[in-house]
Amino acid sequence: MDLSAINPVLFVAGFLIAATPLIFAALGELVVEKSGVLNLGVEGMMIMGAICGFATAVETGSPLLGFAAAALGGALLSLLFAFLTQITLANQVASGLALTLFGLGFSALLGQSYVGIKPPRLAEVNFGPLHDIPVIGPILFSHDIILYLGFALVVAVWAMLKFTRAGLILRAVGESHDAAHALGYKVVRIRTLAIMFGGACAGLGGAYISLIRVPQWTEGMTAGVGWIALALVVFASWKPWRLLLGAYLFGGITQLQLNLQGAGVAIPVEYLAMSPYIITILVLVVLSADKSSAPASLGRTFHASS
Amino acid sequence: MTTPPLLTLSGLTKAYPGVVANDDVSLTITPGEVHALLGENGAGKSTLVKMIYGLVKPDSGTMQMHGAAFHPNEPRAARAAGVGMVFQHFSLFDALSVAENIALGMEDAPKLGTLSKQIRDVSEAYGLPLSPDRIVGDLSAGERQRVEIIRCLLQDPKLLVMDEPTSVLTPQEVEILFKTLRKLSAEGTAILYISHKLEEIRSLCDSATILRLGKVVGHCTPSETSARDMAEMMVGSMLKTPLRTGKTQGDVLLDLQGLNAKSPSAFGMPLRDISVQVRAGEVLGIGGVAGNGQDELLAALSGENLSDPGMILFKGSDIGQLGPIARRSLGVLAAPEERLGHAAAPDMTLTENAMLTGAVREKLERRGMLNWPAATRFAERIIRKFDVRTPGPGNAARSLSGGNLQKFVIGREVMQRPEVLVVNQPTWGVDASAAASIRQALLDLADNGAAVIVISQDLDELMEISDRFAALNEGRLSEPRPAQGLSVDEIGLMMGGAHGMEVAHV
Repeated sequence: MDLSAINPVLFVAGFLIAATPLIFAALGELVVEKSGVLNLGVEGMMIMGAICGFATAVETGSPLLGFAAAALGGALLSLLFAFLTQITLANQVASGLALTLFGLGFSALLGQSYVGIKPPRLAEVNFGPLHDIPVIGPILFSHDIILYLGFALVVAVWAMLKFTRAGLILRAVGESHDAAHALGYKVVRIRTLAIMFGGACAGLGGAYISLIRVPQWTEGMTAGVGWIALALVVFASWKPWRLLLGAYLFGGITQLQLNLQGAGVAIPVEYLAMSPYIITILVLVVLSADKSSAPASLGRTFHASS
Repeated sequence: MTTPPLLTLSGLTKAYPGVVANDDVSLTITPGEVHALLGENGAGKSTLVKMIYGLVKPDSGTMQMHGAAFHPNEPRAARAAGVGMVFQHFSLFDALSVAENIALGMEDAPKLGTLSKQIRDVSEAYGLPLSPDRIVGDLSAGERQRVEIIRCLLQDPKLLVMDEPTSVLTPQEVEILFKTLRKLSAEGTAILYISHKLEEIRSLCDSATILRLGKVVGHCTPSETSARDMAEMMVGSMLKTPLRTGKTQGDVLLDLQGLNAKSPSAFGMPLRDISVQVRAGEVLGIGGVAGNGQDELLAALSGENLSDPGMILFKGSDIGQLGPIARRSLGVLAAPEERLGHAAAPDMTLTENAMLTGAVREKLERRGMLNWPAATRFAERIIRKFDVRTPGPGNAARSLSGGNLQKFVIGREVMQRPEVLVVNQPTWGVDASAAASIRQALLDLADNGAAVIVISQDLDELMEISDRFAALNEGRLSEPRPAQGLSVDEIGLMMGGAHGMEVAHV
């Protein structure tokens, strides 16, 4: 075993990258759940984003266009979920599971001709002299624009929920759709917008895996990150900052176990591979021991009948 | 002297599938007037105010505000025109703060800091103390209502609609509310006040419109009309005062000997040393302020909570260790206070709900197999006998109005020929005629030889039907006394004063 093979700087920079898909997916789902909708289709929307982004980037040669297409693809798929649950009033759990299965299958079909291709690389943001600061430079200032966007989005969602009227209305719809309706707020419209935002975020997260983290296309390559995102939202008690912490923890341990595998630690690979999931959930369970703050209308079907 | 009307409704009609909720309803409200809208459950009061507030669109008819046409498509438009509404079931968000809740009900809410100051100012001006930072989920029913009222007042309404505002308030809170409403009325705000508490309307309102089955059946001046006359206009027939025939009392059926019980909930009241005997043919009324052990007493008697041996005797044998099903099969039945969720399963049909408590005594179950046709017939019998207004036994319990579901829940127990029946708040939220029929059913049951325990916070009701009266106070039961000739002062002492003095001596 040779722990000195692990370069701490590369390790930290790596875990920021590993955490980013999770941040996007979980943050989108957080907004969806705050509006009172439980969308279990995160995994399906991520993989759709992964293939839409990958295909567009390969065809156009522009990774940024790829990310735009990924957001669009995720949002379009989520629109199907919105139609099922908000218009036809279908069960949210069943619709979400169907969305995941559909997304996994459909993305495999779309991606048949893209297996084994390398996508164009997204350039790092040029921070000039900041990049040359030792240790901090390579860790913080040597990433692509999407990673910073993920962090900015956490701040934006937190501020939106806490300080703006739009955020207040979103929380109100999630707390009691009947009361919100009685006050004249358009519950279905607000929830549909939230679902589409969640879809777009999941799509971005998926594309971050296929275009930057791995960079290649394989079937089912999101490998359960969508499910971890769902768990993360719950254990983060629907709080953006706690969600960010959980995502970094998960990313960090994922990166660490990969490094440990590389260093040849005498622990079976299977245990190392499962460790990020277990540790992230354990830590967040402990953190969420304070009073749970699930939106009161979460998962309940709304119909303006009364 | 005629002031130009603030709001004129003419010929409003709204039909839902199978029922005409409002049929050609017209009424006029002048500025500063407190106008009562009276009617039984399901008379169409709520539909009418929902049309004024823009939640429901009328099928035909017109509304005029200040002489101009008024067609609110949504609550926003109604609020802009100066209509404020305080809902019967509060339209509040438990997890949000008072200020956030109020901001949600305003068109262009100021920043939370400014709003908090406005809330403090208005709440002080109208004698409704309220802290803007508190979370609504922690507030009492009276405080929640203040949130709704202040939300309306901040928008400077011309017309304030209040849908059964006092049903959740204590008498003291009602007094505060009425002071506020009188002050508003004096400032020129018209108030449309919906209630079926007639004495309140007589003391508060300037005029009244009475609805029955969606139609206007009369107008009156409440201060000059007796409560009984108004009730008869609402019901459309002579109101029957419950009648008692025989006064023969039989053997002791239920015997409580020093019943002590811990409360299952952290905020509940433990029962302390309750001893009382109830005889066949007797109605024992138990009064007291809510939260003094009523729920715990019902749970101990129904078998939901088990008691130590020797505390609860039925016909001389110990039943304290038996669960609800065993007690039911013996003939000890109970109907709890909370209709939706405790007495009835909201999303199950009336047939299924009838099956749930009736299976044992009505023999609807044999060796684990359920006899659904018999359960349906049982539910239909309850619906017929107790005049439950519903299309049929296949409807979900949730779809019934509160009064109708209450009739079903009480009827379901009465129809099972209990020997001991315990009911908690049997006529809570039920209109006058339905309440009278429920009380009559309880009296008939006693006349046929059952022992009936009625736990209620409605003292008039207890005085009307009880043979003996006792009061719960901090989990202790006072010595039961004959209800006839008991004065209000004596009842007051039983409900709190007497025990308080005893404690002081110790």
